[in-house]
Amino acid sequence: MLLAALRKDLLLQWRGRVQMVAIFAFGAAALLLFSFAIGPDSLALRQHAGGFLWLALLLASTLSLAESFEREMEEGALEGLLLLPAGARWLYYGKAIANWAQLAMLGIALVPVMVVLYDAGTLRLLSLLGVILLGTAGLSAPGTLYAGMTAQARGRQTLLPLLFFPLVVPVLLAAVKATSLLILGDPMGQLRAWAMLLIAFDVIYWSLCGLLFGRVVED
Amino acid sequence: MNAVAVAGLCRRYGRRWALAEVNFEVPEGAIVMVAGRNGSGKSTLLRVLATAIRADLGTVRVLGYDVHRDRESARHKLALLGHRTYLYEPLSALENLAIVARFLGRDSRRNALLELLEEVGLADRADDPVLTFSAGMRQRLALARVLQQEAELVLLDEPYGHLDPPGFLLVDRLLQRLRRQGATVLMATHLLQRGRRLCDRALVLDAGRLRFAGPIAGMPEPEGADGAGFAEGA
Repeated sequence: MLLAALRKDLLLQWRGRVQMVAIFAFGAAALLLFSFAIGPDSLALRQHAGGFLWLALLLASTLSLAESFEREMEEGALEGLLLLPAGARWLYYGKAIANWAQLAMLGIALVPVMVVLYDAGTLRLLSLLGVILLGTAGLSAPGTLYAGMTAQARGRQTLLPLLFFPLVVPVLLAAVKATSLLILGDPMGQLRAWAMLLIAFDVIYWSLCGLLFGRVVED
Repeated sequence: MNAVAVAGLCRRYGRRWALAEVNFEVPEGAIVMVAGRNGSGKSTLLRVLATAIRADLGTVRVLGYDVHRDRESARHKLALLGHRTYLYEPLSALENLAIVARFLGRDSRRNALLELLEEVGLADRADDPVLTFSAGMRQRLALARVLQQEAELVLLDEPYGHLDPPGFLLVDRLLQRLRRQGATVLMATHLLQRGRRLCDRALVLDAGRLRFAGPIAGMPEPEGADGAGFAEGA
């Protein structure tokens, strides 16, 4: 069931890959605008690079998460799968994993943009990849739940960020701290602690949201 | 044994009761026409039976399962053709059917699915995205999706909608095939003459209340031009 759900969502994402390019452009534009706010101070740019990378990812994620339910709602496809019955939990995990993959790719694609605009690179690329994977997992699990919840609501464009942003503050905080430590150096060895915090939130979100999804999409 | 047993069914949208105190039973294997004017509650009734929405009051049993308590079990045995086609527009006809096949644990290979598409007259458009399909073609694909489920209880909400005359014959053949397979069918339609020819029983709804339930021969005649819900559409 999970494989069927995941395959379906990855296929839909592949068909909507043009949209993904637009979302990347949105994220890159956000990074560019944030850099204007800091000005030409290269030290300040480096200090804020991690935060702005995650803010750009967060803003872009609301677009991609909402988009992932757009196709489900057009002709009632999600309801059709629930009635098969496909199992709400499997549908959730299939979509959440696909959204995670999409957000992680977006995060990876935005790193070079950050390096160029903020002069903020790191040689610890594997660690940065790990932080991006953990951070985007923490965004995609609750994001998929809330995108599903608001997909049928009026004013969903406003409602999704309104519900989603407060919930992911801890994940965002931990991801920003971990990314900044990778860029600016980690003399106190704090990276591990922030990574553990990210893992803890990921476990909580991925468990709880899977249980709740059925309740938010069923009548 | 009854395939469907409904007692005291009520469902409301906001303050308006879409269904009020509906009681009826449908024996297994029956082909039932659900008739009534627009807004009389036909779609709501079918959606409650399909477990797509819940009843506010009353009990509904489908193939022996209480649709409140045994929702998942009931869903394994029923199929709904609703107003929405349940299709993914960016995907092709074949890909849409393959998704359903994988969830049902059925053969999702191209040849097996092409047979289904052949039956509904869409084999030559198998690889085209649904986005490029007309409303009638989408309805045909939605019918193929219903066939694919091989359900014991089939709920068809205006299956003739958007279809051309050959499409009408396709639905007629589908009903005959379901009858042969022993499936129970509830079909909401405004095409009364067709319904009388193809169905054994009828349910007539009026403003959410059941006005008639019984053999098709006893179904009341349309009430003149004012009986808008009873006009023959084609």
